[in-house]
Amino acid sequence: MKSGFKALVAALCLFVALPAWAGSLQVKGSTTVLPIAQKCAEAFMKVHPDIAVSISGGGSGNGIKALIDGTTDVADASRFIKGKEVKRVVENGRYPVPFAVAYDCIVPIVHPSNTVTNLTLDQLKKIYMGKITNWKDVGGPDENIVVISRDTSSGTYEVWEHKVMTKERVYQRAQLQASNGAVAQTVAKNKRAIGYVGFGYLNNEIKGLSVNGITGTPATTLSGTYPISRALFMFTNGWPKGDTAKFINFVLNPATGQKLVKDAGFVPLY
Amino acid sequence: MKTPRAFRETCIKNFFLLTACISILVLTLIMAFLFIQGMPIFKTVPVTDFLFGSNWYPTSEPPDFGILPLIAASLAVTFVSSLMAIPLGVMTAIYLAEICSRRARNIVKPIVELLAALPSVVIGFFGMVIVAPFLQDYFDLDTGLNLFNASIMLAFMSIPTICTVSEDAIYAVPGELKEASLGLGATHWQTIAKVILPASLSGISTAVILGMSRAIGETMVVLMVAGGAALIPLSIFDPVRPMPASIAAEMAEAPFQSDHYYALFATGMVLFIFTLIFNMVAEHIAHKHKQTGAATL
Repeated sequence: MKSGFKALVAALCLFVALPAWAGSLQVKGSTTVLPIAQKCAEAFMKVHPDIAVSISGGGSGNGIKALIDGTTDVADASRFIKGKEVKRVVENGRYPVPFAVAYDCIVPIVHPSNTVTNLTLDQLKKIYMGKITNWKDVGGPDENIVVISRDTSSGTYEVWEHKVMTKERVYQRAQLQASNGAVAQTVAKNKRAIGYVGFGYLNNEIKGLSVNGITGTPATTLSGTYPISRALFMFTNGWPKGDTAKFINFVLNPATGQKLVKDAGFVPLY
Repeated sequence: MKTPRAFRETCIKNFFLLTACISILVLTLIMAFLFIQGMPIFKTVPVTDFLFGSNWYPTSEPPDFGILPLIAASLAVTFVSSLMAIPLGVMTAIYLAEICSRRARNIVKPIVELLAALPSVVIGFFGMVIVAPFLQDYFDLDTGLNLFNASIMLAFMSIPTICTVSEDAIYAVPGELKEASLGLGATHWQTIAKVILPASLSGISTAVILGMSRAIGETMVVLMVAGGAALIPLSIFDPVRPMPASIAAEMAEAPFQSDHYYALFATGMVLFIFTLIFNMVAEHIAHKHKQTGAATL
């Protein structure tokens, strides 16, 4: 009985000690950044087998919440940290440090059968405000426009709101979908629809539009000429040290992480 | 001094008491959490503005937290799906309990119950990929992701509940009632319509309300096929955004303990109150009109 108890205690100690003994790293946050984090973590663990990186999604808000609570080492976010959030992090005795890890370029999409190929920012804004409701007003067929938007709390929507809507509200009839994939799926199934997705989600079933005559590509995103783009971030608690620093360096390195950024369908920094 | 036997009995009794208490405890904790997280929104937005405001713009500056379109959407999908599910569910139950042979019953009943086993995300996917394009082309609609599509999918989900519970109720009608009716010269159909249905009405009502509470709380299906536009529906082909869809879609990205976060919890409270009312009504009907033997009819 007694020796059994001792063995149990020993096993428990080992179980508790093991993760601390090998290095471990938590990465949490935006679903947009998730594919980048995932690919980087896989490659990173091959190079550093002694460091276990665990990745989870849940959204930019949740990632930063985890940084506030101290339950994550790296918080992914598809937007910059908000003033209120910075205040909460600092109140909890931490300090958020942002690293831009990639750029995302958001492309308006339509059904492939749609004849429209270019829209101006102003036309996009009017469509999303419900002021232009027929495709013929922007040079397309005589059909109603079905507006697909993202959830108001998603990072993608926030970029759209800032770059396209400029302080106007997306009108109520706009259908809000919960993910980039769902928007692509909805537009692919509806020939009257217009939506917007990250550059990485473009496929053969949907057609990307150019904006103000500029096609959204890595080159136009980095040069800043394409109007609807954003930086993606990883936040650390204080200037990264140890395993966290190794991971951030790996992600920012043009030879390792940035290649994977490109593979994941985003625009690398260099 | 208790005998070991009595002691063991007490132990077992307390153990079962404990297990019963766990679920009550969990419910209480969840409710407490829901209310603690939901109430702070009423510091910034008055209750009436929250419940009856018709604009849901939680992230604009300044934000609008009016959940009337979400409540209207939830009630509308529940109502339209009930219109489809109640006749189908109840008639299937009558067929199973009264009309079909034992053999047919052994085949049909498990199949209907299997419908309940379909994961809601699969039903949602079916609605999104198969039903939506069909509705779009067939009715020449702007979008197939709308109130009507969501209601069909929700009807699929509430039929098994309605059917199983009402079948039990119909089955439990005392045999002598049926025999008496048939003995008086009534036809089988007259017996069903005039004797068996009235006798099992309380059970059927419970079934209907349970089915409706299943529909109003369902999340995945409405998230995928309802369209997600926060407007008060004027046609059954309008896209809508029921409460559970809004909570599920926005919670992940809502900044922790912001007004938006509190507003989503408060929406959860409203949803909880709706399902609570449904369940209390069902409980009340089941209790009040409890059929015990032929004498009370």
